[in-house]
Amino acid sequence: MDKRDKIIWLVLLAALIVLPAVGLSRYLQRVISLIFIYSMLGLSLNIVTGYMGQISLGHAAFYAIGAYTSGLLSEHFGLNFLLTCVCGIIMAGIIGWLFSIPTTKLSGTYLAIITMGFGEIVKVVIVNWESLTHGTYGLQRIAKPEFFGFQLNTTNNGLYYLCLIFLVIFVLLCIAIERSKLGRSLRAIKDDPLAASLMGVEINHYKRMAFTISTAMAGCCGALYAHLSGYVDANSFNSDVSTLILSIVIFGGMGSIKGMLLGAAVLVSFPEVLRFVAVYRFVVYGLILIVMMVFRTDGILGGPSKRPYVFPRFVKLEKGEVTKNGTAGGK
Amino acid sequence: MALLEVSNVSKQFGGLAAVSNVDFHVNQGEIVSIIGPNGAGKTTIFNLLTGVYDVTEGKIVFDGKEIQNKKVQHIVNAGIARTFQNIRLFKNMRTIENVMVGFHQNTRYNIFDLIFRTPRFRKYEKEAHIKALEVLHSLGFEKYIHTYAGNLPYGEQRKLEIARAIATGAKLLLLDEPAAGMNPQESEELLEFILGLKDQGFTIILIEHDMSVVMNISDRIYVLDHGKMIADGLPEEIASNQMVIEAYLGKSEDDAAD
Repeated sequence: MDKRDKIIWLVLLAALIVLPAVGLSRYLQRVISLIFIYSMLGLSLNIVTGYMGQISLGHAAFYAIGAYTSGLLSEHFGLNFLLTCVCGIIMAGIIGWLFSIPTTKLSGTYLAIITMGFGEIVKVVIVNWESLTHGTYGLQRIAKPEFFGFQLNTTNNGLYYLCLIFLVIFVLLCIAIERSKLGRSLRAIKDDPLAASLMGVEINHYKRMAFTISTAMAGCCGALYAHLSGYVDANSFNSDVSTLILSIVIFGGMGSIKGMLLGAAVLVSFPEVLRFVAVYRFVVYGLILIVMMVFRTDGILGGPSKRPYVFPRFVKLEKGEVTKNGTAGGK
Repeated sequence: MALLEVSNVSKQFGGLAAVSNVDFHVNQGEIVSIIGPNGAGKTTIFNLLTGVYDVTEGKIVFDGKEIQNKKVQHIVNAGIARTFQNIRLFKNMRTIENVMVGFHQNTRYNIFDLIFRTPRFRKYEKEAHIKALEVLHSLGFEKYIHTYAGNLPYGEQRKLEIARAIATGAKLLLLDEPAAGMNPQESEELLEFILGLKDQGFTIILIEHDMSVVMNISDRIYVLDHGKMIADGLPEEIASNQMVIEAYLGKSEDDAAD
């Protein structure tokens, strides 16, 4: 991160921390918390789609697995939210890992279809496995997260801050991944898998790893969502949700962390903001997406950066070395 | 002993013999060229050497170990790296990042080191950055460090591909038509560059059509035609070999004069 990025992040964080102080309505709080959750979902899919260039149309499946795991554990055993959330993460991660084993060799359209199919399967299982999931009744009255007897809810802004804390953790995690061997390998795989493997990158290993991390993160979002909304059923995780997550990644800009936040903010709030055009709002929404994709194919914040590469702080360069006189990228 | 010893190697694609019973060797510190008409099987040989294809038959010994049919990563670790006929850089990554991907195998930390930024993570990341800068400096790439690989001038892209191959820690570099698409001045520059690599101790196998490059830098030349080795020897021997002229250079008199 260079200085400008750091300032942007800190200002944004500060603004989000003080925002509830102005007195948000329940409705606004819910919308903003949803934006946080969708930002996190965007960040999680960004690892597979943005960095590695593999399309998933079934991300909602892992979101659902996290939500149901966490919700059910809380319902049956009354476990603390943090514990159920961790279980949701692990469950989604394990299933994501299992799912990635037969699908590593696939890419493009084939992977898109398989992931879409998996999304539908999970939905059908949720509806039909009534003894576990209560079928179409869904999970009702999921307990609000509680810490040391203090319940987080919309009145004390607790849920808002809980989502914010998770979002910060996700952003930090993604920055760490981006600026590491893992991030470089994933981007290399996206650009040219053959060349990457001939540089010694274990393609299949990294594909599985990216998928596992991504689905585990989605599971975490699911757990958060279940306890935030208090009610989930199969329709909370239908293919519209998967499409929305993918749209956030593409609209925000593949591979851009800031892009995911912006993408989620725009795409989640648009249908709300556009309520005045009533039934036409989804037409307008679709139109805006199309226009955007025609004029800015890299997404809002995607594409090559025009600023120079930022060396990690612990790499100390001698004065006047390359970083100063090097030319920035871009065109 | 030869650094690379290829004996009796064949590769069949269904009924088609792309390469049949090929023998050759490369000594430490040599520049060896493989020439031959289009479709002779030159690139197939590179794919066999790097583990992209499995051999149908035969043995490849590198540095005293058999490497035929081994995994690509294993062969990279053993010390063979290559470039590609049509440039295959990571176009949406910066020059320095491209080189750092080359260091992949030697950047040894796991996901937990990465998340918690352990001393091990810092140590290896630091090493990768500094070594990548060293490689870029040695190529005179200072002004391109931040540039995205896809935006580099053509000749520089070729060089960056070689730099990335060097970064893997390779002893043997396989260069697949490095002078393709270059003007005479650029290929002259490339020639100097490859000779520089030889001085640094790299062993090089070159596939090349540009005879001015091949004749000027090769220690020895092998000629491949229809998947078979039809001749080998010093550049001047090859230039006057009747079989080679017929198979490859003999198509026009101008070429033969080269």
